[in-house]
Amino acid sequence: MEKNSTSAEELKTIRSIMEESTRFLSLSGLAGVFMGLAAILGAVLVHIIVLENGSLRLDAYFSYLAISEVDRIPWGIISIALAVLLFSAAVAFYFSRRNAAKSGRSIMTPVAKRLLISLLIPLVTGGIFSFILMFQDLYQLIVPVLLIFYGLGLVNAGKFTYSEVFYLGLCEIVTGLVAIFFPPLGLIFWSIGFGLMHIGYGIYMFRKYES
Amino acid sequence: MKDLIAGLNKVFESRIRLGIMSILIVNDSYDFNNLKETLNVTDGNLASHLKALEEKGLIRVEKHFVGRKPNTSYIITENGNLLFRQHLKALEDLINAK
Repeated sequence: MEKNSTSAEELKTIRSIMEESTRFLSLSGLAGVFMGLAAILGAVLVHIIVLENGSLRLDAYFSYLAISEVDRIPWGIISIALAVLLFSAAVAFYFSRRNAAKSGRSIMTPVAKRLLISLLIPLVTGGIFSFILMFQDLYQLIVPVLLIFYGLGLVNAGKFTYSEVFYLGLCEIVTGLVAIFFPPLGLIFWSIGFGLMHIGYGIYMFRKYES
Repeated sequence: MKDLIAGLNKVFESRIRLGIMSILIVNDSYDFNNLKETLNVTDGNLASHLKALEEKGLIRVEKHFVGRKPNTSYIITENGNLLFRQHLKALEDLINAK
Protein backbone atom coordinates (compact mmCIF):
# COMPACT_ATOMS: atom_id res chain seq x y z
CA MET A 1 0.00 0.00 0.00
CA GLU A 2 2.79 2.37 0.88
CA LYS A 3 4.63 1.49 -2.30
CA ASN A 4 1.43 2.38 -4.07
CA SER A 5 1.13 5.88 -2.67
CA THR A 6 4.79 6.74 -3.24
CA SER A 7 4.45 5.64 -6.85
CA ALA A 8 1.47 7.93 -7.23
CA GLU A 9 3.42 10.73 -5.61
CA GLU A 10 6.36 10.10 -7.90
CA LEU A 11 4.21 10.12 -11.01
CA LYS A 12 2.61 13.36 -9.91
CA THR A 13 6.01 15.00 -9.50
CA ILE A 14 7.13 13.71 -12.88
CA ARG A 15 4.00 15.07 -14.56
CA SER A 16 4.39 18.48 -12.99
CA ILE A 17 8.08 18.71 -13.92
CA MET A 18 7.21 17.75 -17.51
CA GLU A 19 4.49 20.38 -17.63
CA GLU A 20 6.58 23.10 -16.03
CA SER A 21 9.49 22.57 -18.40
CA THR A 22 7.30 22.68 -21.52
CA ARG A 23 4.75 25.34 -20.60
CA PHE A 24 5.16 28.87 -19.39
CA LEU A 25 2.57 29.14 -16.63
CA SER A 26 3.33 32.56 -15.19
CA LEU A 27 1.09 34.54 -17.55
CA SER A 28 -1.43 36.63 -15.66
CA GLY A 29 -5.05 37.38 -16.49
CA LEU A 30 -4.68 40.81 -14.93
CA ALA A 31 -2.19 41.73 -17.65
CA GLY A 32 -4.85 40.88 -20.22
CA VAL A 33 -7.35 43.20 -18.55
CA PHE A 34 -4.90 46.13 -18.50
CA MET A 35 -3.86 45.46 -22.11
CA GLY A 36 -7.51 45.53 -23.15
CA LEU A 37 -8.17 48.78 -21.30
CA ALA A 38 -5.09 50.36 -22.88
CA ALA A 39 -6.24 49.31 -26.36
CA ILE A 40 -9.67 50.86 -25.83
CA LEU A 41 -8.16 54.02 -24.37
CA GLY A 42 -5.89 54.20 -27.43
CA ALA A 43 -8.87 53.86 -29.76
CA VAL A 44 -10.70 56.63 -27.90
CA LEU A 45 -7.65 58.90 -28.14
CA VAL A 46 -7.34 58.27 -31.86
CA HIS A 47 -11.02 58.99 -32.22
CA ILE A 48 -10.74 62.28 -30.32
CA ILE A 49 -7.72 63.41 -32.31
CA VAL A 50 -9.57 62.91 -35.56
CA LEU A 51 -12.83 64.27 -34.23
CA GLU A 52 -11.35 67.72 -34.18
CA ASN A 53 -12.21 67.73 -37.86
CA GLY A 54 -15.71 68.59 -36.85
CA SER A 55 -17.56 65.43 -37.59
CA LEU A 56 -19.37 64.19 -34.53
CA ARG A 57 -20.76 61.19 -36.29
CA LEU A 58 -18.72 58.09 -35.75
CA ASP A 59 -19.39 56.53 -39.12
CA ALA A 60 -18.78 59.79 -40.97
CA TYR A 61 -15.42 60.15 -39.32
CA PHE A 62 -14.48 56.56 -39.98
CA SER A 63 -15.22 56.78 -43.67
CA TYR A 64 -13.42 60.08 -43.69
CA LEU A 65 -10.39 58.46 -42.15
CA ALA A 66 -10.37 55.66 -44.68
CA ILE A 67 -10.44 57.80 -47.79
CA SER A 68 -8.90 61.25 -47.65
CA GLU A 69 -6.99 63.61 -45.42
CA VAL A 70 -5.18 60.62 -44.08
CA ASP A 71 -1.72 62.09 -44.42
CA ARG A 72 -2.14 64.30 -41.41
CA ILE A 73 -3.27 61.52 -39.17
CA PRO A 74 -0.92 58.52 -39.46
CA TRP A 75 1.86 59.64 -37.16
CA GLY A 76 -0.55 60.43 -34.35
CA ILE A 77 -2.15 57.05 -34.76
CA ILE A 78 1.17 55.25 -34.98
CA SER A 79 2.44 56.92 -31.81
CA ILE A 80 -0.69 55.92 -29.92
CA ALA A 81 -0.59 52.36 -31.29
CA LEU A 82 3.08 52.02 -30.34
CA ALA A 83 2.36 53.41 -26.87
CA VAL A 84 -0.39 50.80 -26.43
CA LEU A 85 1.98 48.08 -27.64
CA LEU A 86 4.82 49.11 -25.32
CA PHE A 87 2.49 49.47 -22.36
CA SER A 88 1.03 46.01 -23.08
CA ALA A 89 4.45 44.38 -23.30
CA ALA A 90 5.51 46.05 -20.04
CA VAL A 91 2.32 45.01 -18.26
CA ALA A 92 2.61 41.39 -19.49
CA PHE A 93 6.23 41.29 -18.32
CA TYR A 94 5.46 42.86 -14.94
CA PHE A 95 2.59 40.54 -14.05
CA SER A 96 4.40 37.44 -15.34
CA ARG A 97 7.38 38.26 -13.19
CA ARG A 98 5.14 38.81 -10.21
CA ASN A 99 3.39 35.46 -10.77
CA ALA A 100 6.71 33.70 -11.28
CA ALA A 101 8.14 35.16 -8.08
CA LYS A 102 5.04 34.11 -6.15
CA SER A 103 5.46 30.47 -7.13
CA GLY A 104 9.24 30.53 -6.88
CA ARG A 105 9.73 30.05 -10.60
CA SER A 106 12.11 31.90 -12.86
CA ILE A 107 10.81 34.02 -15.73
CA MET A 108 13.63 33.49 -18.23
CA THR A 109 13.24 29.76 -18.68
CA PRO A 110 13.95 27.97 -21.98
CA VAL A 111 10.22 27.62 -22.58
CA ALA A 112 9.69 31.34 -21.97
CA LYS A 113 12.19 32.06 -24.73
CA ARG A 114 10.42 29.67 -27.09
CA LEU A 115 7.11 31.31 -26.23
CA LEU A 116 8.49 34.77 -27.00
CA ILE A 117 10.07 33.72 -30.29
CA SER A 118 6.95 31.94 -31.50
CA LEU A 119 4.85 35.00 -30.63
CA LEU A 120 7.25 37.57 -32.04
CA ILE A 121 7.86 36.09 -35.48
CA PRO A 122 4.25 36.49 -36.67
CA LEU A 123 3.82 39.70 -34.66
CA VAL A 124 6.85 41.49 -36.10
CA THR A 125 5.92 40.25 -39.59
CA GLY A 126 2.47 41.76 -39.11
CA GLY A 127 3.98 45.02 -37.87
CA ILE A 128 6.24 45.34 -40.91
CA PHE A 129 3.38 44.35 -43.16
CA SER A 130 1.24 47.14 -41.65
CA PHE A 131 3.96 49.73 -42.25
CA ILE A 132 4.14 48.66 -45.88
CA LEU A 133 0.34 48.89 -46.19
CA MET A 134 0.53 52.37 -44.75
CA PHE A 135 3.08 53.53 -47.31
CA GLN A 136 0.88 52.01 -50.01
CA ASP A 137 -2.09 53.99 -48.68
CA LEU A 138 -3.99 50.83 -47.80
CA TYR A 139 -5.00 52.09 -44.38
CA GLN A 140 -8.25 50.19 -44.18
CA LEU A 141 -6.34 46.89 -44.14
CA ILE A 142 -4.06 47.74 -41.22
CA VAL A 143 -6.37 46.82 -38.35
CA PRO A 144 -7.41 43.49 -39.91
CA VAL A 145 -3.77 42.65 -40.64
CA LEU A 146 -2.69 43.48 -37.09
CA LEU A 147 -5.50 41.36 -35.65
CA ILE A 148 -4.79 38.42 -37.95
CA PHE A 149 -1.03 38.38 -37.38
CA TYR A 150 -1.44 38.88 -33.64
CA GLY A 151 -3.88 35.96 -33.65
CA LEU A 152 -1.40 33.81 -35.55
CA GLY A 153 1.26 34.73 -33.00
CA LEU A 154 -1.01 33.67 -30.14
CA VAL A 155 -1.94 30.40 -31.86
CA ASN A 156 1.76 29.74 -32.31
CA ALA A 157 2.67 30.71 -28.75
CA GLY A 158 -0.27 28.78 -27.32
CA LYS A 159 1.77 25.57 -27.57
CA PHE A 160 4.05 26.86 -24.85
CA THR A 161 1.56 28.17 -22.32
CA TYR A 162 -2.09 27.82 -21.28
CA SER A 163 -4.23 26.40 -24.08
CA GLU A 164 -6.64 29.34 -23.68
CA VAL A 165 -4.03 31.52 -25.41
CA PHE A 166 -4.44 29.34 -28.49
CA TYR A 167 -8.20 29.93 -28.52
CA LEU A 168 -7.80 33.66 -27.93
CA GLY A 169 -5.57 33.61 -31.01
CA LEU A 170 -8.29 31.91 -33.07
CA CYS A 171 -10.79 34.57 -31.95
CA GLU A 172 -8.39 37.35 -32.98
CA ILE A 173 -7.91 35.78 -36.41
CA VAL A 174 -11.67 35.53 -36.96
CA THR A 175 -12.16 39.12 -35.79
CA GLY A 176 -9.45 40.26 -38.21
CA LEU A 177 -11.00 38.38 -41.12
CA VAL A 178 -14.45 39.81 -40.40
CA ALA A 179 -12.93 43.30 -40.07
CA ILE A 180 -11.77 43.17 -43.69
CA PHE A 181 -15.44 43.38 -44.76
CA PHE A 182 -15.99 46.61 -42.82
CA PRO A 183 -13.16 48.94 -43.78
CA PRO A 184 -14.62 52.06 -42.11
CA LEU A 185 -15.00 50.32 -38.76
CA GLY A 186 -11.30 49.76 -38.10
CA LEU A 187 -11.34 51.39 -34.68
CA ILE A 188 -14.37 49.41 -33.60
CA PHE A 189 -12.73 46.12 -34.57
CA TRP A 190 -9.50 47.24 -32.92
CA SER A 191 -11.46 47.86 -29.71
CA ILE A 192 -13.19 44.50 -29.94
CA GLY A 193 -10.10 42.45 -30.81
CA PHE A 194 -7.45 44.13 -28.72
CA GLY A 195 -9.81 45.59 -26.10
CA LEU A 196 -12.86 43.55 -25.21
CA MET A 197 -11.33 40.18 -26.04
CA HIS A 198 -8.29 40.82 -23.87
CA ILE A 199 -10.48 41.98 -21.01
CA GLY A 200 -12.79 38.97 -21.32
CA TYR A 201 -9.85 36.59 -21.61
CA GLY A 202 -8.08 38.28 -18.69
CA ILE A 203 -11.06 38.03 -16.36
CA TYR A 204 -11.61 34.41 -17.33
CA MET A 205 -7.95 33.49 -16.75
CA PHE A 206 -7.74 35.38 -13.49
CA ARG A 207 -10.78 33.63 -12.08
CA LYS A 208 -9.67 30.24 -13.32
CA TYR A 209 -6.01 30.24 -12.30
CA GLU A 210 -5.31 33.07 -9.90
CA SER A 211 -8.11 33.42 -7.41
CA MET B 1 3.88 -8.83 -7.80
CA LYS B 2 7.23 -9.69 -9.27
CA ASP B 3 6.11 -8.73 -12.76
CA LEU B 4 4.90 -5.41 -11.55
CA ILE B 5 8.20 -4.35 -10.10
CA ALA B 6 10.24 -5.78 -12.95
CA GLY B 7 9.81 -2.64 -15.08
CA LEU B 8 10.98 -0.33 -12.31
CA ASN B 9 14.53 0.64 -13.03
CA LYS B 10 16.95 1.05 -10.16
CA VAL B 11 18.76 3.84 -12.04
CA PHE B 12 15.75 6.07 -11.58
CA GLU B 13 15.36 5.59 -7.87
CA SER B 14 16.69 9.02 -6.99
CA ARG B 15 14.27 11.93 -7.18
CA ILE B 16 16.84 14.08 -8.91
CA ARG B 17 17.39 11.50 -11.64
CA LEU B 18 13.64 11.20 -12.09
CA GLY B 19 13.50 14.97 -12.41
CA ILE B 20 16.31 15.10 -14.96
CA MET B 21 14.71 12.39 -17.08
CA SER B 22 11.26 14.01 -16.84
CA ILE B 23 12.65 17.23 -18.26
CA LEU B 24 14.78 15.66 -20.96
CA ILE B 25 12.04 13.37 -22.24
CA VAL B 26 9.83 16.35 -23.16
CA ASN B 27 12.56 18.80 -24.26
CA ASP B 28 14.96 18.38 -27.17
CA SER B 29 17.80 19.54 -24.95
CA TYR B 30 18.25 21.37 -21.68
CA ASP B 31 21.34 23.05 -20.27
CA PHE B 32 22.95 22.63 -16.89
CA ASN B 33 21.90 25.92 -15.36
CA ASN B 34 18.29 25.56 -16.37
CA LEU B 35 18.21 22.01 -15.04
CA LYS B 36 19.64 23.28 -11.78
CA GLU B 37 17.04 26.02 -11.53
CA THR B 38 14.07 23.87 -12.46
CA LEU B 39 15.00 21.07 -10.09
CA ASN B 40 16.28 23.37 -7.37
CA VAL B 41 19.42 21.38 -6.56
CA THR B 42 23.08 22.19 -5.95
CA ASP B 43 25.76 22.09 -8.65
CA GLY B 44 27.61 19.12 -7.21
CA ASN B 45 24.53 17.07 -6.60
CA LEU B 46 23.17 17.64 -10.08
CA ALA B 47 26.54 17.01 -11.72
CA SER B 48 27.00 13.65 -10.03
CA HIS B 49 23.55 12.43 -11.06
CA LEU B 50 24.07 13.65 -14.62
CA LYS B 51 27.37 11.82 -14.70
CA ALA B 52 25.70 8.61 -13.54
CA LEU B 53 22.96 8.86 -16.15
CA GLU B 54 25.53 9.62 -18.82
CA GLU B 55 27.63 6.61 -17.87
CA LYS B 56 24.59 4.36 -18.20
CA GLY B 57 24.04 5.74 -21.69
CA LEU B 58 20.67 7.27 -20.84
CA ILE B 59 21.63 10.83 -21.67
CA ARG B 60 24.40 12.42 -23.69
CA VAL B 61 26.29 15.64 -23.22
CA GLU B 62 26.80 18.39 -25.75
CA LYS B 63 29.26 21.17 -25.06
CA HIS B 64 29.28 24.37 -27.04
CA PHE B 65 29.90 28.06 -26.62
CA VAL B 66 27.29 30.75 -26.16
CA GLY B 67 29.34 33.82 -27.02
CA ARG B 68 32.40 33.22 -24.90
CA LYS B 69 30.74 31.20 -22.23
CA PRO B 70 30.93 27.43 -22.33
CA ASN B 71 27.52 25.83 -22.16
CA THR B 72 26.68 22.22 -21.44
CA SER B 73 23.42 20.76 -22.69
CA TYR B 74 21.97 17.37 -22.02
CA ILE B 75 19.99 15.28 -24.46
CA ILE B 76 18.14 12.05 -23.78
CA THR B 77 19.37 9.02 -25.75
CA GLU B 78 17.07 6.59 -27.49
CA ASN B 79 17.84 4.00 -24.88
CA GLY B 80 17.18 6.50 -22.09
CA ASN B 81 13.87 7.39 -23.66
CA LEU B 82 12.86 3.74 -23.86
CA LEU B 83 13.94 2.84 -20.32
CA PHE B 84 12.31 5.90 -18.76
CA ARG B 85 9.04 5.17 -20.55
CA GLN B 86 9.17 1.62 -19.23
CA HIS B 87 9.77 3.00 -15.76
CA LEU B 88 6.77 5.31 -16.04
CA LYS B 89 4.64 2.46 -17.31
CA ALA B 90 5.71 0.32 -14.35
CA LEU B 91 4.81 3.09 -11.92
CA GLU B 92 1.39 3.42 -13.54
CA ASP B 93 0.82 -0.32 -13.43
CA LEU B 94 1.71 -0.36 -9.75
CA ILE B 95 -0.92 2.23 -9.02
CA ASN B 96 -3.58 0.62 -11.17
CA ALA B 97 -2.92 -2.81 -9.67
CA LYS B 98 -4.71 -1.96 -6.47
